[in-house]
Amino acid sequence: MKPGWLNTLAVAVLVAIAGFAALFLAPTERTMGIIQRIFYFHAPSGLTGFVAFFIAFVASIAYLFRRTPKWDWLGVSAAEIGVAFFTVVLTTGPIWAKPVWGIWWTWDARLTSSFVLWVLYVSYLLLRTLVSDPERRALISAVFSIFAFLDVPFVYLSIWFFRTQHPQPVIGGGGMDKRMWPPFLLCWFALLGVMALLLRTRYRLEALRHAVAEVSIEAEQRAADRARKQAAQGTHG
Amino acid sequence: MPGLTRTAAVILGKELRTEFRTRDLLSTTVVFVLMVLVLFSYTFHPAAAESRRFGPGLLWLALLFAGSLMLHPSFMREQTNDTLAGLRLAPIEPFAILLGKILANFIFMLLAEVLLLPVFAVLYDLRLTPVLGRLFAVLLLGTLGLTTTGTVFSAVASQARMRELLLPLLLLPVLTPVLIASVEATAGLLEEPAALNGIWLTVLAVFDIVFLTATWLFGEYLLEE
Repeated sequence: MKPGWLNTLAVAVLVAIAGFAALFLAPTERTMGIIQRIFYFHAPSGLTGFVAFFIAFVASIAYLFRRTPKWDWLGVSAAEIGVAFFTVVLTTGPIWAKPVWGIWWTWDARLTSSFVLWVLYVSYLLLRTLVSDPERRALISAVFSIFAFLDVPFVYLSIWFFRTQHPQPVIGGGGMDKRMWPPFLLCWFALLGVMALLLRTRYRLEALRHAVAEVSIEAEQRAADRARKQAAQGTHG
Repeated sequence: MPGLTRTAAVILGKELRTEFRTRDLLSTTVVFVLMVLVLFSYTFHPAAAESRRFGPGLLWLALLFAGSLMLHPSFMREQTNDTLAGLRLAPIEPFAILLGKILANFIFMLLAEVLLLPVFAVLYDLRLTPVLGRLFAVLLLGTLGLTTTGTVFSAVASQARMRELLLPLLLLPVLTPVLIASVEATAGLLEEPAALNGIWLTVLAVFDIVFLTATWLFGEYLLEE
């Protein structure tokens, strides 16, 4: 297996530049101050998570039509990485919220939707752990993954309608300063690079697991054959 | 191959016959929701004003929990004597099997709701009669969304370990939009004067259409041997 160290290096450099831009080059937000800089990793993580879930959705559809295990490997890898990125969103959010809003969590539309999305894909990963047969697992988890992704717009819309209909403290709003865009996009680009790296590694891991499972099945069969032969010789002899 | 409607109707008839031989599903659902409604009364002061605030939420939560438990036998029943294999062998569209089961579960849930609604109104001192027609529209759309996803996920869960626990875990997060839309629509109907926000009915209707279509497109893969 080729070591992808060149890609890894490229992504590491990109993350370093993006981090530098977010921490030192981007202007300090007037009211929130320094803590606002977490936003450059918070929001792009969410966007990257969406990209990962979308990849999982496409891979699931492709699996149903093609039935090659590769699509299943891609699907589970992407879903797992999406969950990882949304875990980042859900942890950096409260870190930012505590000093700015004075509370760790509020049932604001976006927070709630991200949380539901996270739970949705955690239950997908849970489902996979509960089916032993690889083909069966691939098939039913692909169907669930499609249903979960179709649910995403409904989750966002309904929670958005729900929260905007209720009185609540004004949160966020207003546009971003023009000078904030370049570091923001740079960070997103860097995180997409991280996602691609993780995706490749996770996909390889899944492929290796598949290979190990096949080898162990073969080994068991051979052992069983040998035992049967020995038993047969024993009765004859 | 006979038409989809006819074959789905045959499956529906079979489901109804199986259920009404014992009425297991219906009775357990009704008793379960009743129990949840009683238990909820201890969590707040159930006077009329408070009930209008909390009533819709607890009604729909009780129905969702009931659905996530009661839809489970839909495919489990078929496993006892491996009757699903028989259904699969029949020269019919696989979607007909799912559609028949969805419709059957839809009817079971609606029947349970019709039985429970008067009890709910009496227990929580809510006046439902003036808004009955509109409430029924909300119940129809909300229940269809619940039973469509619920039946499909029952097929998913029946093929995994820990089936009984898995179905609620798969179903409840997906039903978040249905819960919000149904609760909000019901809450609007309990206000003075009663108002039904079209947005929520639209959310429910589109949800039903999207997931019925998804079931039609992808559901058959769940029935493969």
